[in-house]
Amino acid sequence: MSTETNALDYNGRSRVFKIFSGLVLTVFAVIWVVPLLFAVDTSLKPEGEIAAHPTSWWSDHFSFDAYHKVIDGTPILTWYINSFIIATLTVVLTVAVSSMIGFALAQTRFAGRGGVFAFVLAGLLIPGQILALPLYQIVQSMHLLNTYWAMVLPAAAAPIAVFIFESFFSGLPRELIEAARIDGASWFGIYWRVCLPLCRPAISAVSIFTFVASWNNFLWPLLVLSNVKQMTIPVGMSAVSSGFGILYAQLMATAVLGALPLFVVFLLFQRHIVQGVARTGIK
Amino acid sequence: MATTIIDDGVSTSAATVTGRRAGPRDEHRAGWLLSIPFLVLYLIFLVGPAVYGIVMSFFNATTVRPGLGKSVGFDNYRSILTSSDFWSSMGHTVWFTVLTTPPLVILALVLALLAERVHRGKALVRFIFFAPFVLPVTSVTLIFLWLYAPEIGLIPHWFETVGLTPPNLLGETKWAFLSVAALTVWWTIGFNFVLFLAGLQEVPRDVYEAAAIDGASPLRTLTGIVLPLLRPTVVLVTMLQILASMQIFNQMYLMTAGGPGTSTRPVMEFIYDTGFSDYRAGYAAAATMVYFAIVLVVSVVWFLLRRQSNKEVGA
Repeated sequence: MSTETNALDYNGRSRVFKIFSGLVLTVFAVIWVVPLLFAVDTSLKPEGEIAAHPTSWWSDHFSFDAYHKVIDGTPILTWYINSFIIATLTVVLTVAVSSMIGFALAQTRFAGRGGVFAFVLAGLLIPGQILALPLYQIVQSMHLLNTYWAMVLPAAAAPIAVFIFESFFSGLPRELIEAARIDGASWFGIYWRVCLPLCRPAISAVSIFTFVASWNNFLWPLLVLSNVKQMTIPVGMSAVSSGFGILYAQLMATAVLGALPLFVVFLLFQRHIVQGVARTGIK
Repeated sequence: MATTIIDDGVSTSAATVTGRRAGPRDEHRAGWLLSIPFLVLYLIFLVGPAVYGIVMSFFNATTVRPGLGKSVGFDNYRSILTSSDFWSSMGHTVWFTVLTTPPLVILALVLALLAERVHRGKALVRFIFFAPFVLPVTSVTLIFLWLYAPEIGLIPHWFETVGLTPPNLLGETKWAFLSVAALTVWWTIGFNFVLFLAGLQEVPRDVYEAAAIDGASPLRTLTGIVLPLLRPTVVLVTMLQILASMQIFNQMYLMTAGGPGTSTRPVMEFIYDTGFSDYRAGYAAAATMVYFAIVLVVSVVWFLLRRQSNKEVGA
């Protein structure tokens, strides 16, 4: 046990409470991992054994058979590439445009700034998913259906990213910008060389959110990507999964494969992601 | 947040007259140039659709071809407001929100309060509750379709183990709502949990010490000190949750497709069905606007509540 003093440990009653807390959390943690573990477990069993003992956790013949079949039998690798390209383009474009306007709103005093700010703020009230129908009509008339741009461009118009950057840039000292101005730097130079390098936490928070949101988006790609070869992971998975029928090992292998990349990203960046949620949610 | 920043903008733009070489005209131009790329995307892909949606709702528009079709005045609104299909889908959305919001707020808060007390394993617990949140909806629904599968799934099996007849978890309206709600709690609780943990970090340590010196019990400390200080976070999380649950579509579409019949169909799916399967875009746009108006009312209530609770804490 750690010896660091915790303000919560002030008497015997609180120690009892701590043990109780640990027990309850353990029970819930177990409930939370069961679905994932059982999915992985099922995916490693032969189909015949699943049919005979569907709820059994044990198998005598664990193998990666189902994974091979899913990878060979579906375009899942193409979907990975599509999802990856779309998510990456979305991140780059979102970070670029929202950090620029975030900087402009926070550090330059241009005429009309208050109006622009209120205008972008109003966008926070519009839940994106609700606009699917008119947005579809607009994207259709721009002949962007079945292109990556149909996914990337609308996603980059994210007011929330503007506010994350704006609040971060506002925190930078005004003297820093004044000093750079006196040295003769241009406004773009100040943004690009002075301020942007200082706001890595905001960049990583926005990037991770945008990436996860893009990767997991479902309704919009379902509408705009109708060609199987162009689908992203979530849409492609839902398109093929009905074809597996009762092949549960393959269904679970598909589920695991679909979840794997973001799960790995999450393992690597857990701290950033959790801090990002906390910071942007609270503000 | 909103008001303070806008106020700040108005007052400082008049007040900053510090010495600069290139002058305010250069600053003015730079501000606009840096803002324009975002504003263009924002106008085309967010404001544009919102305005176009309003316009569309007054026309006999269809999804199969671009353009608006014939103007029909308020006809679309008239038929939406009197459509029992629309209102029952609205009812399903509200019922889903009622089912998911309390557990997603209260359970997340309780788990965060408990996690705050343990030293070891805190990171692991946080990982376990938050990890499902990053999974794509299709993975989550595939896994739960398997867990819920009649006769062979793990959950019906557990029902039998404790001596109950397992219900048809997705085939019966009453249970389908509960099943999708349970899935949603499992999938998204980590987000609220993390927000509450962050809120708890903000409670000053010496407050706990002062309570300890006064001999307050853990329960008294919780109800008398921690919860009042956490109120803004509770309000924020509750309203974010209501707004998120009001937009339910993906899980419901993938788990029950609105069935049996249309008895679990949420309003987003009603819009999707009328707009993209029946091609009645104008009609669906009117439904969108009615729905949007309701969500907007909730958002405004949120904003007011939040401002009030921020004031009370003195933040």
